[in-house]
Amino acid sequence: MTPLLQVENIAKFYGSRIGCTDVSFDLYPGEVMGIVGESGSGKSTLLNCLAGHLTPDRGAVRFDTRTEGLRDTITMSESERRMLGRTDWAFVHQHAHDGLRMNVSAGGNVGERLMAVNARHYGDIRNEAIDWLGRVEITEDRIDDRPTAFSGGMQQRLQIARNLVTGPRLVFMDEPTGGLDVSVQARLLDLLRGLVREMNLSAIIVTHDLAVVRLLADRLMVMKDGHVIETGLTDQVLDDPQHAYTQLLVSSVLQV
Amino acid sequence: MISIENVSKSFVLHNQGTAEIPVMQGASLMVSEGECVALVGASGAGKSTLMRMIYGNYLTASGRIMIGDVDVASAAPREIIQLRRRTLGYVSQFLRVVPRVSTLDVVAEPLLATGTDADEARAQAETLLTRLNIPQRLWALSPTTFSGGEQQRVNIARGFAFPYPALLLDEPTASLDPTNRATVLAMIAEAKTRGVAIIGIFHDHAARDEICDRQFDMTKFTPGLAA
Amino acid sequence: MSDYNFAYLDEQTKRMIRRAILKGLAIPGYQVPFASREMPMPYGWGTGGVQVSAAVLTPDDTFKVIDQGADDTTNAVSIRRFFQKTAGVAVTEATSEASVIQTRHRIPEQDLRADQILVYQVPIPEPLRFLEPSEVETRKMHALEEYGLMHVKLYEDISQHGDIATAYAYPVKVEGRYVMDPSPIPKFDNPKLEMAGIQLFGAGREQRIYAIPPYTQVVSLDFDDYPFRASKADHACDLCGAEDSYLDELIVDDAGGRMFMCSDTDYCASRRKQGHVGAQGVPYEEDAA
Repeated sequence: MTPLLQVENIAKFYGSRIGCTDVSFDLYPGEVMGIVGESGSGKSTLLNCLAGHLTPDRGAVRFDTRTEGLRDTITMSESERRMLGRTDWAFVHQHAHDGLRMNVSAGGNVGERLMAVNARHYGDIRNEAIDWLGRVEITEDRIDDRPTAFSGGMQQRLQIARNLVTGPRLVFMDEPTGGLDVSVQARLLDLLRGLVREMNLSAIIVTHDLAVVRLLADRLMVMKDGHVIETGLTDQVLDDPQHAYTQLLVSSVLQV
Repeated sequence: MISIENVSKSFVLHNQGTAEIPVMQGASLMVSEGECVALVGASGAGKSTLMRMIYGNYLTASGRIMIGDVDVASAAPREIIQLRRRTLGYVSQFLRVVPRVSTLDVVAEPLLATGTDADEARAQAETLLTRLNIPQRLWALSPTTFSGGEQQRVNIARGFAFPYPALLLDEPTASLDPTNRATVLAMIAEAKTRGVAIIGIFHDHAARDEICDRQFDMTKFTPGLAA
Repeated sequence: MSDYNFAYLDEQTKRMIRRAILKGLAIPGYQVPFASREMPMPYGWGTGGVQVSAAVLTPDDTFKVIDQGADDTTNAVSIRRFFQKTAGVAVTEATSEASVIQTRHRIPEQDLRADQILVYQVPIPEPLRFLEPSEVETRKMHALEEYGLMHVKLYEDISQHGDIATAYAYPVKVEGRYVMDPSPIPKFDNPKLEMAGIQLFGAGREQRIYAIPPYTQVVSLDFDDYPFRASKADHACDLCGAEDSYLDELIVDDAGGRMFMCSDTDYCASRRKQGHVGAQGVPYEEDAA
């Protein structure tokens, strides 16, 4: 079976400083990969390299495109990469402001990706927007409100709807629950779990919160100082950590 | 069906002075279809550890653990995920509760994950919950607030929802009253008849003797405990 | 005789502008950057249009200037006088007699011919500007033909106002490729953008020139279920009775009385000369010059 994403030897340097290095893994359809690490571990750098926001200094990121099989997204033209970013890929930012148009209504935000791939029927676009807002638990009466009128959790859910409306196969998430209240986080994670399963999504989630990976990720990569120091099944890495740093990380989490 | 060949494991605790604790050495065991084997041995002999190694939850240091054609000890994460989805079920000692997911959805999940139609999955979940005496009024609630026994029964229902060819049961009758205990033992017996290979840990000796075909003494393979 | 070079600008500047114009005609709807010069009027008063006119005028041309359809507003008169002084060209108010017409915010009602040039004054050339403030980003969007955002704007209109509320500067797609701002002409004029004449657009402050060659396909953006309609006030001209021209609304007294008249003064005058009289009009009389 072809992997959906094939990451080979990705490295990014800032002068002599290592952003991330020696990262390789395969991701298959329906798999969720968590990347954990503390500040400065290189996890966000890695995510941005994978998602095409940064150009890595080395390595390949091959994606199984719908029409041409595995293609290295780093050597793709900018036009193709941007198209990928609007259709097959999705990116959920930590701060909703980065992932939404704050001066456009919720319906417009969700409809934008549809209009970008030539949807031209207002009624149909609006109905799909309503449907998606419902799936992320935002009521229909909010469809014409701007995101500035939403709470943080709602903005985040709107971001998810906006990203998933074109049925992407791969979702990148950067600290999706960061900055949200605990109860709001729980609701968001549940939603993500459900959507990932329903839509058979693959996802790469960067977080420093081990509870998030326990809940969402099948596989886990632990990063420290730009290196991947341990990788495996989520429950295995968390229950039977091999590396000293992983053991430290796991034992540091407070039990409630 | 399940073939454990010469497996070993030790834990290295890096942040506690790099203490190395060997927990298993050279353990071998074969379980055929329709057989139920009990892991026995004193507390600390490694029964739960072996079970977790079979499930891939713990890494195996050396040896092979064959479930059908797959060697869990050396398989890629993807293969183990597939294995857990369709081949190997695991009823742990404690239900890991996710808040906001209803009991019905908890039990239906293994079916939904393997592509069963949503209505069908829910119907099967309802049947199992009824059999295990979880009242209908609780089905829409999250198991977060249930008693230990209720949580355990939900856990068992989930473990038996999908017809796995191999099952791992860690203390399945703990916290259960006699009626439910009997129900669970009947469910295990039915699984055996279907040809499921089962490995279990039972502190309940009567249950163990009733349902298990043989016992596997872990003590022989535990360094420091071996007679 | 004046001390100015023909049409005020030096020849090198005119050459630069003509290159930009040629490029604009070769790529219909594409905004060509040009080195906009300091003109003897402030930005926002038609410097772009004036520079384009200066570059295309020849001594044999006949020049007309309209401002919101009228030849006799202050600005139209000033610009006409400017070119009379610096280029010595003949001027006219009759659309059919002009070879170069500079316009602010209207297209003449009379169809233009293949030997005529229409020069538009453009304030903000970038149709995506209000939704995407970054110039870097909008340039990329044009380059990669990523115009989804344009429809988001129309979507927002419909969701807020029940219909596409854009009444002027209505965005169009040119030759199926570039999305263009046709300058603040009323949407009523959009269908006229497909014409036999050459259309040149100049934005002085923003330093862009773009163009539509003759007989180019220009389609106004819309939704399948909210199609574009070139609408105007539901009235006839009160002076000449025309029912097919764009109308200005005039408040005539304190009691709310109003009258509608053709925005295109030459068109109205021509019709009245032919004998048409509107509801509040009087028969045409020859004026003393």
